[in-house]
Amino acid sequence: MRKTVIRSAAAAILVLCAGSFGIHAQDASEKEIERYREMISDPMSNPGYLAVDRGEALWGEARGTKNVSLETCNLGLGAGKLEGAFAQLPRYFADADKVMDLEQRLLWCMQNIQGLDTKDVIARRFSGPGRASDMEDLVAYIANKSNGMKIDIPLSHPKEQEMAAVGEALFYRRGGVNDFSCATCHADEGKRIRLQGLPNFSKPGKPAQETMGGWPTYRVSQGALRTMQHRLWDCFRQQRWPVPEYGSDVLTALTSFLQKQAVAGELNVPSIKR
Amino acid sequence: MKRVLTLAALVLAAGSFTSAASAQIAAKAPDPALVDAYMKSTFGKAPAEWQARIEPDETLKTCNAYHNEVPSAEADKITARELARVVYPGDGKFLGNWKEGAKIANNGRGGQFSDPPDTVAGGNCYACHQMEQKEVSYGTLGPSLTNYGKDRKYDPQEIKNAFTKVYDSQAVFACSNMPRFGVNKVLSEQQIKDIVAFLFDPESPINK
Repeated sequence: MRKTVIRSAAAAILVLCAGSFGIHAQDASEKEIERYREMISDPMSNPGYLAVDRGEALWGEARGTKNVSLETCNLGLGAGKLEGAFAQLPRYFADADKVMDLEQRLLWCMQNIQGLDTKDVIARRFSGPGRASDMEDLVAYIANKSNGMKIDIPLSHPKEQEMAAVGEALFYRRGGVNDFSCATCHADEGKRIRLQGLPNFSKPGKPAQETMGGWPTYRVSQGALRTMQHRLWDCFRQQRWPVPEYGSDVLTALTSFLQKQAVAGELNVPSIKR
Repeated sequence: MKRVLTLAALVLAAGSFTSAASAQIAAKAPDPALVDAYMKSTFGKAPAEWQARIEPDETLKTCNAYHNEVPSAEADKITARELARVVYPGDGKFLGNWKEGAKIANNGRGGQFSDPPDTVAGGNCYACHQMEQKEVSYGTLGPSLTNYGKDRKYDPQEIKNAFTKVYDSQAVFACSNMPRFGVNKVLSEQQIKDIVAFLFDPESPINK
């Protein structure tokens, strides 16, 4: 451990001495961030795993007017089967006649299986200081059950194909006072905003696989576990678009499109990010 | 002679490939009414003023349909349409205060649903462009603008072009990724003049 630190510090100094300060300082700091990520990706020290534990308890807790747990909820692979379910979402659910992502599906199960009024759950969709989020915790628990598995969303049903195709159109749809779309920032290689690197999602491959394989994630800067619903909400904020409705179809369409670009990417979640 | 012909054929082939690719993108796109239904389900509860902002105008409709890779005939229509929207300063002066321009270039506030409604927007130029040398935290979505005025010998025509580009980027490049700051009323005429001064004033750190 100590040896690694000394070696990377030496490497950092070498890089700093080599010419143009700005760019190389950036490479060095990126390396340091990478090293920091490795150190904290240990499940024993990633606070995202506290959300996994809370989610497990919530999954088994009897709630709603029917006073039952979520344990008979079908996430696509059979009632109560969690292993690998997240790797294959969003998908078409015949009982709802709708393509749903995990969060939409959980809300459906709460309403239909538990008879739970989801108003409060939706109000707490994003956690904050002193405000836990059932959705974040449940997603952390369920997504974690796909760890080590490859993203493999079904695209055989016409509604699944529609969802991904609309997602692609939305990816390129410009709007807001700055005319921004997702593609403004995420359709080219090696670009960045200020010093933040931007993954290219315009074609299938590694950037999409690594990104989608790492959500949900524990955001150190926010001190909270965040799901793809939150990530897209924040993208729309930065795009200068209106507030997107939680668990609505534009978000599911974009998630389907991104998952399609990320097929065969391996899940390791909750990850930990800046 | 033969080589010239081969070259010409290659150029023609390349041209038709581009338009074929663009046509393909347009052809496989889902029905716009379907996309609008999705938009309504997600943004339909937003205030009317916010919803109007995500209603694409003629120019954005074309950019969206071609994923910004517009065929040249469409590109010409866009640049002509957008150029007609540029309002040049009544006093004929394009240069404001470069010190104010430097602040605007560094300010990324405004227009987000998390911003207070009375926020004065910045240009957020550094998000995408390198500008003055000493600022190392710059993005690369747009080209470097270091030495912008000096490299153009402070030419008055270039100064006017820069005003046009900031006011409405698509008057110059169809489907440019850059915001149309003037047309969309993100920046005022004075703010745009200040940014042009940041680019062109010989005293500006961009040219040092």
